[in-house]
Amino acid sequence: MVDIALRHDASASPATARLRRYRAQDRMFFRLTLACALLVLAVFAGVITSLTVGAWPAIKAFGLPFLWTEAWNPVTEKFGALAPIYGTVVTSLIAMFFAVPIGIGIAIFLTELCPRPLRRPIGIAVELLAGIPSIIYGIWGLFIMVPFLQQIVMPGLIYAFSGIPVLRDLFAGPPYGIGIFTAGLILAVMTLPFISAITRDVFETVPPVLKEAAYGLGATTWEVQWNVVLPYARTGVVGGVMLALGRALGETMAVTFVIGNAHRISESLLAPGTTISASIANEFTEALGDLYAPALIELGLILFFVTVIVLAAARLMLYRLERRAGGRT
Amino acid sequence: MNSRRRLMRQLKSRIFLGLSAAATMIGLGWLALILGTLIYEGFSGIDLAIFTESTPPPGGMGGLLNAIYGSVLMSTFAVAVGTPIGIFAGTYLAEYGRDTRFAFIVRFVNDILLSAPSIVLGLFVYDAMVLTMGHFSAWAGGVALAIIVIPVVVRTTENMLLLIPNTLREAAAALGAPRSLIVRLVTWRAARAGMITGILLAVARISGETAPLLFTALNNQFWSVNPNAPMASLPVAIFQMAMSPYADWHRLAWSGALLITITVLLLSIIARLIEAQTDRGSA
Repeated sequence: MVDIALRHDASASPATARLRRYRAQDRMFFRLTLACALLVLAVFAGVITSLTVGAWPAIKAFGLPFLWTEAWNPVTEKFGALAPIYGTVVTSLIAMFFAVPIGIGIAIFLTELCPRPLRRPIGIAVELLAGIPSIIYGIWGLFIMVPFLQQIVMPGLIYAFSGIPVLRDLFAGPPYGIGIFTAGLILAVMTLPFISAITRDVFETVPPVLKEAAYGLGATTWEVQWNVVLPYARTGVVGGVMLALGRALGETMAVTFVIGNAHRISESLLAPGTTISASIANEFTEALGDLYAPALIELGLILFFVTVIVLAAARLMLYRLERRAGGRT
Repeated sequence: MNSRRRLMRQLKSRIFLGLSAAATMIGLGWLALILGTLIYEGFSGIDLAIFTESTPPPGGMGGLLNAIYGSVLMSTFAVAVGTPIGIFAGTYLAEYGRDTRFAFIVRFVNDILLSAPSIVLGLFVYDAMVLTMGHFSAWAGGVALAIIVIPVVVRTTENMLLLIPNTLREAAAALGAPRSLIVRLVTWRAARAGMITGILLAVARISGETAPLLFTALNNQFWSVNPNAPMASLPVAIFQMAMSPYADWHRLAWSGALLITITVLLLSIIARLIEAQTDRGSA
């Protein structure tokens, strides 16, 4: 008896030991993945905390008026965020002004007009624009686009709008080549692929029966796109545009190359200006004094908050869309 | 009257569809223009010296060796650190968290980090590492890049794991495999190609990142292998040389830009090929 019991025990214990080992492994693996998921949240929290701490001296010194003060004087340590905020918003708006119609146009072309075998290659080619690093856009903008704009486009714009009341002031000379307008144009090219890729994906989810019904009523191709496809895909398109806007607001290098880094607000769009990210990129390493660096960090904090809000809105819209399309999340 | 209205509507349709075709031409033309100038301006400057000599003083002869080395070192470090973290976090979302509120929050925050301004991440690492260590270093640059790698890998890992049919997991579970083994031996293996795509895309993304390196790794005019000291990187070297007034620096900047673009485009094309292969495999 004893012998059997012993033998039984001996044969069972490796199995239970193995089970126990598996259970321990399972638990460890789960904890590891959970820890990494928590790390993602920790990075986010870390960014907010460290920026707030870093910016604290500036927040204390300037208070809320920081947001609407235009002065930026490292010598007297008077800092205000208005010029960079203005530059960030205006360059992004210029970018959206060009990128939204062109991006939607590309999406319509890819879903409706393009011969089927060409769809994938053209789609990929446009998306490659998104893969090109921003430093490349920067150097390209500075050496190729700026001279072109300075010698041809800007004088043309100044001349063309010289007689029209409001536009006359927006497009006033001299044509530097660098400036708010140039930065906006570069951002337009950079954000274009985001808009066209997402818009195309949403357009493809439009049920064919809706379009066929409209065609059956005698609608032209354009009327189907404008009155059926676009309204149906509205949430997705807006989500894509917001995502692109989030990118444009935070884009750094390409803008830094061509904006001119001038801390002032000019009436003319052709004048040099600055954005939040360009100010940080240009000045942070040489920011001496007690308030200069904190002021720049506070700019970063403002930028982070604004982009988080824009991106969060974009993501929520796109999530809602995915759920409707039957996806998970 | 009616037929004239129809003609007008058709004309309008034609015009707008023509405009959308023109929009596509603008997009493609722009890509061609950028690639064309890069090749035109950068190709002539690419010679052996680029790969064998460090960045020269203005007017001197030299190459980009120190910058290339720095970029490769920091990118490797970033991928080595960021990829496992991203894969584990993505695995948590797809295998454990799924529809829980916590998983939703992680996913949401991750998606925001994915497109958050990289210069702000650079500021964060400056604060967290450069200030505490007291000096700029390649380590800090690598960490800043790793923070950019993580969200990309999390996103693709989760997406790829969710594509794996549940029946595979159930079959393995029915054989008595413990959960961690199912993930490691079944789902990871099935999703391998997709996950590699994600890593390639992450490498493509960081190989051109400049903003987070500006005040973490800073720059270094000279050959240096010490990861505890400031180190050059291709993007930052390009930035410095392109903004300078010297023509020979401009030429080097163009060559560097061409190198980066070729790397990035190759990586994204390989990633897409792998993706296409798996699409065909699963279809």
